[in-house]
Amino acid sequence: MNENERVKAYNKYVNAKIPKTRPFPTLFNSFWVGGLICLIGQGINDLLLYLVPNLSEQAAWAYTLIILIFIAAFLTGIGVYDKLGKFAGGGTIVPITGFSNSITSPSIEYKSEGIIYGICVKMFTIAGPIIVFGVVSSAFVGLIYYIIGLFM
Amino acid sequence: MEMFLDYLWVFLIGGFICMIGEILIITTNMTSARILVTFVLVGVFLEGIGVFDYISDFAGAGINVPIIGFGASLTKGAISAVESQGLLGVFTGCLTSTAGGIAAAIIFGFIFALIFRSHTKK
Repeated sequence: MNENERVKAYNKYVNAKIPKTRPFPTLFNSFWVGGLICLIGQGINDLLLYLVPNLSEQAAWAYTLIILIFIAAFLTGIGVYDKLGKFAGGGTIVPITGFSNSITSPSIEYKSEGIIYGICVKMFTIAGPIIVFGVVSSAFVGLIYYIIGLFM
Repeated sequence: MEMFLDYLWVFLIGGFICMIGEILIITTNMTSARILVTFVLVGVFLEGIGVFDYISDFAGAGINVPIIGFGASLTKGAISAVESQGLLGVFTGCLTSTAGGIAAAIIFGFIFALIFRSHTKK
């Protein structure tokens, strides 16, 4: 058996072993769970604006996101969020709560490797790329705005 | 009634964006890090061409809570800092506007990692 065939046979074996998720229910679940998380966010935001009348809109959003991040980190801590993630897939990954989960989950998972090499290093396994890509690309957009501004 | 419609929009748009994420996972086997990076870049793009605020006006949390809002916020910070500080704004803007979210995620993540134990995955 040459290298190529062996790889093929291996891939076939792996594909047979991967648990099959039925697409339709997970799509539906991701839709309503994702929608619900956004709805909770809107609720928190409206409540904040109602309770604190002189809060600026931008500050209200910042508080809303921080509260959602707190809730998601807590739910990850007690092990609920990862169960919800199995059920709803994209519905729990795409909202900002998924970002929070992506930081808390590996921190807890690798806690046994120590505070520095466990919690602090693994914290950024998923969040790191997000922050790097986000910062680099938005700085690039800022630079374009700066250059356009020079000629306007 | 109007409030109900607003909330319906939030639910439908937020749900739709999350469903696109799930479709990407099913069809391309992308990992969650790649999904999140993709959505952040979408947000950066929407804010860069100036469309995001129009969507945000009627979608509210439907577009701000998905990580697209995080990307848009990064870019919004960069653009407004460039307008006020010039070239320095390219470097200071993006993290200033998202400092709250990133710091909150790090702080709560760290505290809860100290408090809770790992739940063994079944």
